[in-house]
Amino acid sequence: MTVKRLRGLLLSPLALLGGCHLVLLDPSGDVARQQSDIMIVTTIIMALIIVPVLIAIGVIAWRYRASNKQAHYDAEWDHSPQLELVVWAAPLLIIIAVGAISWIGTHQLDPYRPLDRVAPGKPVAAGTKPLEVDVVSLRWKWLFFYPQYGIATVNQLAAPVDVPIRFKMTSDTMMDAFSVPALAGMVYTMPGMQTVLHAVINKPGQYRGFSANYSGAGFTDMRFDFEGMNTHDFDAWVAKVRAEGGELDTKAYDQLRQPERDAPVHYYARFEPDLYTRILDRCIDPGELCMSRMMSTDAGPPMQGMHEPPVHAGAASLVDAGKTVPAQAAAAH
Amino acid sequence: MSEAMPHRAPVWDFLFGRLTLDSLPFLKPDLEGRIVLATLVVVALGGLAILGYITKKRLWGYLWHEWFTTVDHKKLGIMYMILGTVMLLRGFSDAIMMRAQQAYAFGPQMGYLPPEHYDQIFTAHGAIMIFFVAMAYIVGLMNYVMPLQIGARDVAFPFLNNLSFWFTFWGAILFMVSLFVGDFSTAGWLGYPPVSELQQGPGVDYYIWGLQLSGVGTLLTGVNFVTTILKMRAPGMTMMKMPVFSWTALCTSGLIIATFPVLTATLLLLSLDRYLGTHFFTTGFGGNVMMYINLIWVWGHPEVYILILPIFGVYSEIVPTFSGKPLFGYSSMVYATVAIMILSYLVWLHHFFTMGSGADVNSFFSLTTMMISIPTGVKIFNWLFTMYRGRVHFTVPMLWTMGFLFTFTIGGMTGVMLSVAPADFLLHNSLFLIAHFHNVIIGGVVFGVFAAINYWFPKAFGFKLDEFWGKASFWFWLVGFWVAFTPLYIMGFMGVTRRLSHFDNPALQPYFIVAAFGALLIALGILAFIIQIYVSVVRRKAYAVGGDPWHGRTLEWSTSSPPPDYNFAFIPNIHARDAWTDMKKHGYRRPLEGFNTIHMPKNTAAGAVIGVLSFLCCFGLVWYIWWLAVASFVGIIVATIAHTFNYHRDFHIHAEEVREFEHTGNWQAETQGAHA
Repeated sequence: MTVKRLRGLLLSPLALLGGCHLVLLDPSGDVARQQSDIMIVTTIIMALIIVPVLIAIGVIAWRYRASNKQAHYDAEWDHSPQLELVVWAAPLLIIIAVGAISWIGTHQLDPYRPLDRVAPGKPVAAGTKPLEVDVVSLRWKWLFFYPQYGIATVNQLAAPVDVPIRFKMTSDTMMDAFSVPALAGMVYTMPGMQTVLHAVINKPGQYRGFSANYSGAGFTDMRFDFEGMNTHDFDAWVAKVRAEGGELDTKAYDQLRQPERDAPVHYYARFEPDLYTRILDRCIDPGELCMSRMMSTDAGPPMQGMHEPPVHAGAASLVDAGKTVPAQAAAAH
Repeated sequence: MSEAMPHRAPVWDFLFGRLTLDSLPFLKPDLEGRIVLATLVVVALGGLAILGYITKKRLWGYLWHEWFTTVDHKKLGIMYMILGTVMLLRGFSDAIMMRAQQAYAFGPQMGYLPPEHYDQIFTAHGAIMIFFVAMAYIVGLMNYVMPLQIGARDVAFPFLNNLSFWFTFWGAILFMVSLFVGDFSTAGWLGYPPVSELQQGPGVDYYIWGLQLSGVGTLLTGVNFVTTILKMRAPGMTMMKMPVFSWTALCTSGLIIATFPVLTATLLLLSLDRYLGTHFFTTGFGGNVMMYINLIWVWGHPEVYILILPIFGVYSEIVPTFSGKPLFGYSSMVYATVAIMILSYLVWLHHFFTMGSGADVNSFFSLTTMMISIPTGVKIFNWLFTMYRGRVHFTVPMLWTMGFLFTFTIGGMTGVMLSVAPADFLLHNSLFLIAHFHNVIIGGVVFGVFAAINYWFPKAFGFKLDEFWGKASFWFWLVGFWVAFTPLYIMGFMGVTRRLSHFDNPALQPYFIVAAFGALLIALGILAFIIQIYVSVVRRKAYAVGGDPWHGRTLEWSTSSPPPDYNFAFIPNIHARDAWTDMKKHGYRRPLEGFNTIHMPKNTAAGAVIGVLSFLCCFGLVWYIWWLAVASFVGIIVATIAHTFNYHRDFHIHAEEVREFEHTGNWQAETQGAHA
């Protein structure tokens, strides 16, 4: 693919700058890679007009400098219908091209959209179950639930390579952004709302993850490790978490959600199955009124045929609605 | 905090609200306390020196009668420019502190600023640079130049203009007071909840009331300018004969009127949450942070066009003047300006593509954002074709314009990169974004302000600014900008995010050191600008010029330098776009007899008084000193009503006085032909 060659051209001089990895130009996940491709292609299309303009600014300014009496001087020349047509049409054409790419890319790479490929030429096999990860951003650390495995981790995220991952995300208090540049573009996490990201990692390795949205004093240290593993290593990692981890119940969560800077990695071998849902529905402690319940109370008595919304537990149906975001968060999209 | 002082007698609580000795950071024995104390000492000594000088020279009466109470748009314009320059020094000090911290805080070294302090600094930097530097500068420029360009003797509402200035001024003072009394917001320059909801203490309240004051001032300015432009143009100056700078002033003022009420309302809702416990932007109880973020950007995105449009106008005056030919494609320029004005309302969501809106919503805002680059591109081409077949004189204003054309074009391209929604998912909130908006704000607005200062300074003061120091300032700024922000562009591609106060990856340190060096170069650029002003004032006799030092094309160059209070003894009849060039071409001779008495607005103390009261009211609100807030609010109402009973609002300049000025003013060479 030509983009690949262009990427090589871009990377080789920039790599000399100091041994730092320009992750946005050479990511390891298929989603980030496609986003990066779009970034590079649209930049090149824009360069078609920007570079000539930059040259023209210098050339024209120099050629028509006051001391150059050779240059033609026309004190009255102030319009030209043909030139003005070009002046409007040239940026318009560039923007039509860039806009079309953006429109298609925005839809294809919509984070809510399940993946249809894990890598170029490698479509997702029918019936493949994605790895489910429920993400909660806390002050100032990350909690990851693996409902399919019954485990949870703090500040460490692992996934097998070439397996689609579905992240469902919310936040405990602040507005954060789940960001692993090597994997896929970032998505905000917000309390009482759920956002979704579909992604896949294609190369084993350790990658940087962090919050990309400022959230107060501990924001700087709000980092986590993202590990891409082959299937065997991933299974070993799950076994390790099961072996070393404790239990994440409501009490432990109340402890965990206290603000903390630079929190260490922590494992949980078990968690209360509806904990993520309760965090999302903002009824963690017994007796707290769930947001969805309050919304429906505010909206008046339930109509016939509608089921009662939950208090404290049993909100799983909301989460399983997939893309649908519970409570008032429907407004989010 | 008063909560921490349970022993205090209730009378003290009543008198001082939550203000206690603990709220004074310079009394704290730690490093931060000492830094604030040192700053306070320097500011206090400097302030005392200035006050002492004014007292010694017996200048208080002069300042009060000639400046503080003035309703003259020219003097108010100059006061805005001084305010902008002083606040630039403050905002830039914040920038240097951030650059120093980020160049230094790696691995075990935590830097000299704890996060709580660092967060206040980046919040103050952003808010000050936008509201009290960029806004003060562009309002100052519009104030000074626009009425002269359209052949008016003042703005439509001269008193309102004075009041607007004082609101802006006291908003800035409220920000400055937060440095020494209490603390400042840590919620970023737009005060996003939940941080702005959760932060205890007065910091966020300083932010809210400082912006409320200056926001009301700006809104009143918008109303004033739109009325002035629509109703007070010289006879014959149809809309399509109006200078482009005045066109951009009109569009910017329209944007101000449409968007600043949104800012006021949003901050009001935020203060209701903070003061009365409402739940507009909280997480529970039906509130939603996304509502704040949408509202603030509904104001915030048009705001950046409020800043850049008048600056586009500045370049549209400078390029024709120094190319010795009319602006290429005047109509295109006007339509492009109007198109930008309208489109700027339709793009706010591009500031949060990553918030989880669906693909359709993101696509829509991605496309509208890109569409803005079309009229902007047209403008670049038009300036280019204005130079084409011209005689380009590389004076200091023109150098700034050349720097702008190169820098802004690249900033525009990185902006379109960010507008491509899938790419934005990678670039959002990264240092690439920081580099981009500094690229367009410094490369566009700041360069344009310096171009404008160098261009119109001779008009305002009757002498040119020093060329050498002007060029030095330009080159330090241009090189400094690129040295400071190229590393940020590169680190953006490494996925480094914004607002970090510490780094664990040592490989990044060289980039931050280079960026800090660039900031130092910019510091030299600012220093050279101050030296330029100083040197020019000292040599003002040698640098003296007449009414038309640049062979200008628009009406402001037809008056003396500085112009008389009444601007024009006779309001000219306009027959062509570049009115002054047209007059010169037709052998215009300034009339020296037959003057009439001129009706002018009179100075008033009402603006200064209401300004002080509004500051006291806001200070009372910040510290919960309710008696002060209520008393000064009542005072504002009383002063406003009292002002409506002031019937001595105008006076006449007698024909004899006009005649005397017209014979002695600084004109010389006003009828030379266009230079070749």
